[in-house]
This record gives sequence, structure tokens and C-alpha cells, in this order.
Amino acid sequence: MESLTPDVSDFSLRIGGAKSDTPAGPPPIRRIPLEDPAPATEALPPVGSGQPSQGSGFTAARRSIKAPQFSIRRMEIDNVSVFYGPKEAVKSVSLPVRQGEVLSLIGPSGCGKTTLLRSLNRLTELTSSARLSGRILLDDVDITEIEPTLLRRRVTMVFQQPNPFPMSVFDNIAYVLREQGSRRARKKTLEPAVLSALDRAGLLEEVKDNLDHPALKLSGGQQQRLCIARALAAEPEVLLLDEPCSALDPKSTQVIEDLIVKLRDDVAIVIVTHNLQQAYRIADHVAFMYLGDLVEYNSATALFGNPREQRTREYVSGAFG
Amino acid sequence: MQDIPLTVPPVPPPDQADPPGAHQRKGAVEGSATWSLSDRIGLAICWILGLLFCAIAVAIVVYLMIQGIKFLRPEMLWTPAAAGFSETQTGGFSDAFIGTMMVATLGIALALPTGIAIAVWLVEYGRPAALARITESTIEAIAGIPSIVLALFGTVIFSSTALGFLSRTTEGVVFGRSFFAAGAMLSLVALPLIVASVREGLNSIPRHVREASYAVGKTKAATTRRILLPTCRPQVATGAMLGLGRIIGDTAIIVVLLGATQNFAPVEGAGFPLDYLRGAGTTLTNFVYEASPTGNLNQPQKAYAAAFVLLLMVLALNAAVDVVHRRARKVGTWSH
Repeated sequence: MESLTPDVSDFSLRIGGAKSDTPAGPPPIRRIPLEDPAPATEALPPVGSGQPSQGSGFTAARRSIKAPQFSIRRMEIDNVSVFYGPKEAVKSVSLPVRQGEVLSLIGPSGCGKTTLLRSLNRLTELTSSARLSGRILLDDVDITEIEPTLLRRRVTMVFQQPNPFPMSVFDNIAYVLREQGSRRARKKTLEPAVLSALDRAGLLEEVKDNLDHPALKLSGGQQQRLCIARALAAEPEVLLLDEPCSALDPKSTQVIEDLIVKLRDDVAIVIVTHNLQQAYRIADHVAFMYLGDLVEYNSATALFGNPREQRTREYVSGAFG
Repeated sequence: MQDIPLTVPPVPPPDQADPPGAHQRKGAVEGSATWSLSDRIGLAICWILGLLFCAIAVAIVVYLMIQGIKFLRPEMLWTPAAAGFSETQTGGFSDAFIGTMMVATLGIALALPTGIAIAVWLVEYGRPAALARITESTIEAIAGIPSIVLALFGTVIFSSTALGFLSRTTEGVVFGRSFFAAGAMLSLVALPLIVASVREGLNSIPRHVREASYAVGKTKAATTRRILLPTCRPQVATGAMLGLGRIIGDTAIIVVLLGATQNFAPVEGAGFPLDYLRGAGTTLTNFVYEASPTGNLNQPQKAYAAAFVLLLMVLALNAAVDVVHRRARKVGTWSH
């Protein structure tokens, strides 16, 4: 597995603008030291130095990730439409979701991207008026044939607002590991799994001394990483992120973006975001949705650099949104 | 770890960033001097009414405390009432004190689980919608019914032969007055308060918190049990406290459904504790009523002593709820 880890080292390029002498040898860990006094707010390099230039009008940060090492198709969205009552929120969308890659859904508010995301683990079914047509496959099995609680452990989700449960850091993760409402499986037996989940979410260092700390007293960024740890604790195959950084400050956003890129080999990642720069920084493929339609699906560089569709071009250049 | 080249100057610490005069602005409070006359009169009325309300509450508590401390003797709490010609011979009100505890326990034991269950069903399930609406209106109706009406209705129910096992029954005639009967009807008095409070608590939990639990494969039942209800602990406590307050404060149901005897009247041969629960009895509120100048006993000093005990019980309940709320604050809440 070690060899598959993508080289995502060029952090300096991202925040410092042009810096050509990337160090050779093993890739350093791309993580901002949290005690660093300077938040990485400068994600945007000088205008004009970015890659996209062919008239898309999009000026963005440098791409921070390299091409994926591999990609395996895990989910298949096949001609999916979602209706809320008479309103069609998602109109005949077809998309692949691949492990090893980050798929980003972008588009203006109300374009159906969150609805599409929520239908991937059947959360839309909780809205009584919602109705879905088309098929969504997880490893070639229609998800309607998978028991919802089982499906939602394979396809977990992180929400816009950090929402840890009102209990300790440890219990937040342990809750996921335990059987439904049970209190069984004692703390001791769960500890390795809890620590591993926290570690994968990059939170372990900060909380390992006080796992009994109330989760809701953590900072916003830590809370969101705890939510990611919680989602990872179920050992999912697909991780859905619904604007995970929109409630966070730039520094926490940075940490979470790094984390997402790091996770893409272990789980297939679908992220909904309002932030075009973010999509450009971390996504391998981008799907642009508008009023329920999938307007364009392409690799991030192509979609931002040279969009095929007029509406995409307008959206990424900031003509509307 | 790699050094991060910085092109941005470090942000100055916040105290230096503050422009001069910022501190004065922070402390400034808008005065009412510039308000229109009607606004100022309104403000004055608010102040007067608020202070008056505080004064009344303080007066009640202080007066009862003075009277209570003057007349309350600890032995009253463990001496039952007795027949006699002077205050020294008539004993205390231990039966009433224990009776209050009994109806409170019975009432809340019935009302709390039912109330929580109803609130959970209304907020988390609530289907079919028509049934939910009917349930809501029913609860509101119960909240509006005077307890004396509930008591009257209770006599009809608990005097029926089928429920004879809940009270004294002599040769097929059901007495219909017992701790069981009073406790059951008193639980109806507490129920709407508990439902309202728990509903409020459940409604205040953001939707995405529930979904976060569903999104890791938890069922609705598990989410309710492990996330929602523990989060609502303060509201459950508040509801229980309000309910208990109503139960121990109620007199009408006690007079009509508990028999309002001066002492316990256990049913012989039923076996402890059923003999007491099936028998008639009294509570502190009834004792206060009887001991007041309008009652049969006419021992105002003991009425004050008993009222003081009631007041202490209510204050203790308030303090207990405070503790639950304070603990919940330590856990924190979501930003909205």
C-alpha cells in the first residue's frame, strides 16, 4: 500500500507561489504544523501564474495533487433523477465514482449537487417527498438491494456543519464501532480501532492525551476532522463530503484538504463544494451541475482550464454563481 | 517537516490591531434619554412590574421561611397526626409527608416514560400526520382540563369493578380512592408538561446531527437512544421537575381520589407495600388545607410548617434541575 501513496509534496508551491526547487527524495509529509503562527491563507498564487490560461477566465491556486496512481471504479451513478414532490432536483445524471481519485461536485446553490450526494447512501429516503429513478451501483450491486444501515456503513458521510455527538472524543468514534444502540464492546477492546480512526483523520496527535474531552469543546476544524474520523471508523469504501470546509477557517480548511488528498487511495471520495479553488486544488475529476443537470464532467485541469460548455466557462470565470 | 516560505507579513497581534477608541466603544451602553416618551413610559412599566414580581416572590419565600423556621419541629416529619385537644397532642404530619413522596413517585413513574415516548414519537416519527395532530390536540386538551375535573373522572374509572384491585374493595363495592388512583390521575397532570419540554429539546437538535448518526449506519431507534435522548437530558429534567411540582402541589385530586384521611388507611391483608398503595391517605397540600383556619384541624402553625416543607421540596427540585443543566453546558452544543 505504501508504494501507492501519491506524491503530494509540493505544498510550498501552493502557498508560497513560485518555488521551483522541489526537494528530491521521499516526499515530505504535507501537513501544516498547527503551532505555526502564519495561517495558510495565501492559497492563491499571483494571477497569471496558474495553469489554466486558455481563456477559461478561471484563476486559481496551483494544483496540489499529482495524477492518481490508480483508479478503481467503485460506484456508478446511472441515469439518476431525484424528485422532491413534482420538482426534479437532479435530472438524469450519470457519473462514475472511483477509488484513488477525488470527485468534486460543483455548481451554484440549489443545483442538486447535495441531493445527488445524499442519494449515494440513501439519505434522501429520509425525506418523505423524495423519489429516485435510475440506478446507483456500488461494486455492481444496486444500492436499493443493500440494507440501508449496511450501505451507510460502506458509504459514510461528513456534513457541512461540524456535528460531533455531545459526548467525549472517544465515545464519538466508539459509537460507530458498536452494534446499533448497544453499549457493549468495552473501552479497552475498542481502543485500537478508535485510535486508528483518529490517526487516519490526522487528529490523534492533538487529542491523544485527553480522549475524554467533550467533542463539542474542540475547535471547529478539530470537530470536522473528528467527524471525518467518525466516518472512517466504519471502514467505508466511499466517503461523501458535503461542503466540509464551508464552516471552517482557512487553516483548518487546508488541513482537511490535505487529509482528503491523503485518503483518496483508501476510499473513493466525493466532495461537494462551493469553492471552485478548492475543487481545483484537490479534485481529480469535477462534475459541474446546474439546475439539476450535469452540464460537464471532466478532469479538473480540463474543466477549469478549457471547459467545453459555455455555462461551465461562465461559472468557473465567476459570471454567475 | 519542510519550511514554509512566507510571502505575507505576519498578522499583528489583536491588541495592536485595535484602533484607538475601540475600548470605549465596547463599553458604551445606549441610554434611554434619547427615547420617545411612550418608549420611556413602557420601559418604566417593565421595570416596575419586574421588580414587583420579584418582590412578591421574595415576600412569599421569606414569609414562609420565617413562619416555617418558627413552627417547624423536626419530629413533625416522623410523627403521624393524632387526635387530641391541644397542638402538642395532635402530633406531626409524617403520613402527609410520606404521602406526598408516594404520589410524586407514582405519578412521575407513570408520566415520565409515557411523556418521553410521546414526545419522541411526535418529533421523530409522527406518521400518519393526522394521528400526530390528534395526539397533539389531546395533550393540549389534557393540559387545559382543571385537575378537579380529572379527579371527578377518576372516581368513575377507579370505582369500576374491573379496577377494584387498585383500591379498597368491600363485598364487591369498590371504594375507588387510593394512592394508585391518585397517582394515575396526577400523572395526567404532569404529562403535558413533560411532553412539551422533551419536544422542545428534541426540536432544538439540528437535523444534520440525526443524519450524521444515520450516515454511519445507525437506526432511528439507536440514534434516539444514544444521541437524541442523552442530549435532551436537561429538557427531560426540566419537564420532570415541572411535572413533579404540579403533582406535589395538586390538592383537588388528593381530596377526591386519595380519600384525604389524616393518616394512612392501608388495606388489611394486601401485603406491604400494596396495602398502603391500595389504601387511602393524605399529602402535604391536603394537610395544609386541613390545618389552615378554614380546614377541620385549624392549626395554622402546623399549616405553616407543612407549607415550608413543601416549599423546600420545590426548591430542592429546582436545584437538581440546575445541576443537570450545568452538566449539559460542560458538554457543549452545536453552532447553528
